[in-house]
Amino acid sequence: MATRLISEDAHPYMAISPPGVVAAMLEEIGLDSVEPLFEQIPEAHRLTRPLALERPIRAEAALRRHLTELLERNVSCADSLSFLGAGCWQHYVPAVCDEIVGRSEFLTPVWGTPASDYGRNQAWFEYASQLGELVGLDFVGLPVYSWGCAAGNAARMAARLTGRDQLLVPRGIDPERLAVIHNYCAPVDVHGHIEVTPVEYVPETGRLDLSDLRRKLSSRTAAVYVETPSYLGVIEADAPQAAELARAAGAETIVGVDPISLGVLAPPGEWGADIVVGTTQPLGVHMSCGGGVGGFIATRDEEHYAREYPTLQVSICDTVEPGERGFGVILFEQTSYGSRENGKDWTGNSVYRWAIANAVYMALMGPQGFCEIGEAILQRSHYAARKIDELPGVDVRWSDGFFKEFVVDFGATRRTVAEINRALRERRIFGGKDLSRSHPQLGQSALYCVTEVHSQHDLDRLVDALREVTA
Amino acid sequence: MTALRRYHAAVWDEPIVLELGRSGARGIEVPPVEPEIEAEVGAASDLIPPGARRETAPALPELSEPEVLRHYLHLSQETLGMMGISLFGTCTMKYNPRVNERLASEHFVAELHPLQDEETLQGVLEIVSRLEQALCELSGMDRFVFQPGGGADAAYLHACVTRAYHAARGELAQRTEIITSIQAHPCNPATAATAGFEVVTLPLEENGYPSLDALKAAVSERTASLMINNPDDMGIYNPQITDWVDVVHDAGGLCFYDHANFNGVMGKIRAAELGFDACMFMLHKTFGVPKAGGGPAVGAYGCTERLAPYLPGPLVSFEGGRYGLTEGAPDGVGRVREFLGNVPEIVKAYAWVRAMGGEAIGLASDLSVLANNYMEKKLLQIRGVSKSHPHVTANRLEMTRYSLGDLTRDTGVTAVDVQNRMVDFGVDAFWLSHEPWLVPEPFTPEAGEMWSKEDIDYWIAVLAHVCEEAYADPETVKTAPHRQVVHQLDPRGLDDPARWATTWRAYRRKRAAEAV
Repeated sequence: MATRLISEDAHPYMAISPPGVVAAMLEEIGLDSVEPLFEQIPEAHRLTRPLALERPIRAEAALRRHLTELLERNVSCADSLSFLGAGCWQHYVPAVCDEIVGRSEFLTPVWGTPASDYGRNQAWFEYASQLGELVGLDFVGLPVYSWGCAAGNAARMAARLTGRDQLLVPRGIDPERLAVIHNYCAPVDVHGHIEVTPVEYVPETGRLDLSDLRRKLSSRTAAVYVETPSYLGVIEADAPQAAELARAAGAETIVGVDPISLGVLAPPGEWGADIVVGTTQPLGVHMSCGGGVGGFIATRDEEHYAREYPTLQVSICDTVEPGERGFGVILFEQTSYGSRENGKDWTGNSVYRWAIANAVYMALMGPQGFCEIGEAILQRSHYAARKIDELPGVDVRWSDGFFKEFVVDFGATRRTVAEINRALRERRIFGGKDLSRSHPQLGQSALYCVTEVHSQHDLDRLVDALREVTA
Repeated sequence: MTALRRYHAAVWDEPIVLELGRSGARGIEVPPVEPEIEAEVGAASDLIPPGARRETAPALPELSEPEVLRHYLHLSQETLGMMGISLFGTCTMKYNPRVNERLASEHFVAELHPLQDEETLQGVLEIVSRLEQALCELSGMDRFVFQPGGGADAAYLHACVTRAYHAARGELAQRTEIITSIQAHPCNPATAATAGFEVVTLPLEENGYPSLDALKAAVSERTASLMINNPDDMGIYNPQITDWVDVVHDAGGLCFYDHANFNGVMGKIRAAELGFDACMFMLHKTFGVPKAGGGPAVGAYGCTERLAPYLPGPLVSFEGGRYGLTEGAPDGVGRVREFLGNVPEIVKAYAWVRAMGGEAIGLASDLSVLANNYMEKKLLQIRGVSKSHPHVTANRLEMTRYSLGDLTRDTGVTAVDVQNRMVDFGVDAFWLSHEPWLVPEPFTPEAGEMWSKEDIDYWIAVLAHVCEEAYADPETVKTAPHRQVVHQLDPRGLDDPARWATTWRAYRRKRAAEAV
């Protein structure tokens, strides 16, 4: 080890590495090598050979070239026309969002103090405040890892609030999200287990089957979880009735939403939701192969809900200087940082950088932007659905009452979704997500997603390509 | 003597964004819908089922694009982050190479959809696979997954893997306990409890770590796993750790190595060779990925072949010259989060590993431990500063836990007061200690390898100045900060349901109620 330290090998990332510096520091502590500094580690524990990692690429130009060469093997949604959604969606990310989250001040903070990282805390407060306006609620925590994680946390909140141990979820739910929820609800035989029971949808409409919900609601039900739009795209027009049924049974109503729909769809906080969860990715965050996902939890600002949050949250407050505002973390004692295993679930690093992107996005869009983007998505997705539905052998399963995603049934074409998507890929189109394994009841169906990024030309191109590959 | 800078934070008196703007202003336009589409489908409002429509527009701000930009630029300038010096212990503050930020924001990362066909993801899957191999080499583990969205999420994944492992052996109902130490990060006991386990917490003994006898007394046929970090946040390494692993294994439990403090032992030890079944690296600490105020982050979870069947999907595979994605095994944990993981952060960590190489990673470990011991010598010369377990004389690794208990006793100035005063000199707040505090008024700096000797000397000089000030003029320290964006918070109301407000609408309602 000592020999490495006297090399002339200062690394650009390590300001402390130049050889003269090391010698001076060693001298200061009365050593001539670093070896004695590791005296605590027994010899028998030591790795006795050098690390066998790939050779270093220290020149930034060469490193950039290496990474670029690797990454250019990807075909991105910018190279192609994509209709994938299903939990991660292609929306336009305004340049100002990228500019702000790229600022070194927002890239590098770790914890700080309320005074010295004030601007970041204000941006977080503005994230929560604006999201609260969209969902129609006034208590919003800092974000969690994903929509699925938010739903899992919400289920646990509901179980603690009600002392019950069953969660009702929609049958058509995203299988990824459901797998996450299952983990948060723990298996049978484990302390804190919450049974996850599916509620059927009405085959004709795709909406939640309220009579099945009535059958399954019981004194065990901690919460009814509904999503609107649902994973399969459907606007749950009956969700307020579901919330009423839940309330009558003494259960909480957890509503999962895609907030980009909330310029045109009724805010769930105003029609019966107790806990609202959802994704933050559509609000100014790139998909990044799934690295853009994030989740949120919101409720009414009532103490019994607030005291169940696992997250950190910032509150606006006063400072000791009259007329000056500050922002501080509240309810710290109930987090895992404050109370270890006695805290509410756990918290830690999350997706706080994206909360700032979300804040910028909501401020840019404003009320008019959210209304327009919601309308544009509705019209574009319905245009695509109608044109696709006209193709021979191709059937849009629920051709009305959806938002940006819809189920396309290719069963009558006698081709599998996998075959169709392969043929579309040859035409530089990413077809919808194949549902044939996750939702076998839908046969050879795919979930198509259309957003504001798709022009009429794009949609016509898709329809033409589908006509060719299903002919 | 190092001269202290005449720093002052930017003060913009920036209003809340919801107070800004005017009716009709807008920050961005949405592409207009083509007339043919409009003609085909009609008005958008008719496409929404009755009753599901939003009747009142959300009360969001109405601002032009440059106004939004300037508002958030001002907020960024009111954020210290790592613009000054941050020696935030337990988090290993490193340089975040900006070339990696550039690469991760290009379309070939940013515009990938996670459900794309694997043929179109060959580049990114190769990077995931190559980083996995690098982490296997650093730890001796056989597999890594990157799905957890942070270190705590990786700890949770371990708790889930532990459930799946014991369930597959028919012992889940019996294995109800997870053992950890009082010095382990709170995420270990918290995630274990969330996963349904009872937590057994071992206290520290004289020499700074729990005794082997205490562990032997704690293990039983109920033991599901051990979750522990080493070295701990005091820079103390448990030399009996291999005996610990044996004791837990003999009882049928698993051993998880929380490598939050990997920086001091990179290239020196490997978790698998110490006998551990699983470990966790934080790419946002040790591997040069930014903190970003708290993520996006990655808790890379590694394990031996024995636990590989329980890993969550999707898993990256390599066959016939092509990379692919496969589901986890049926007995596995399914998912702890949607999709593959925070891919941009995986790319950044891979780039960091390549820019460093094995030799420089070992060097970084040497340098971070050297810098800590250099700091320790200087800090202990400051009046009011002492260290935890002073009788443990062996050199600490990359961190030392200090106490300002003497300073508080002598002057009334607390560690939080000192934090608040140090930020007046452009120095980011130090970390105190995770709960519970084992020494009074703790603080935990970590020098790491990125800062220059001058930076470290400056940090020491600021602390020395503030401690002297505490003796000479305690009021100045207790009322700090004085050169920051705002003053100290008024602590009244933060935990008061009648006053707290996480949103602007709650704030306005509560302040209006107070005014009445």
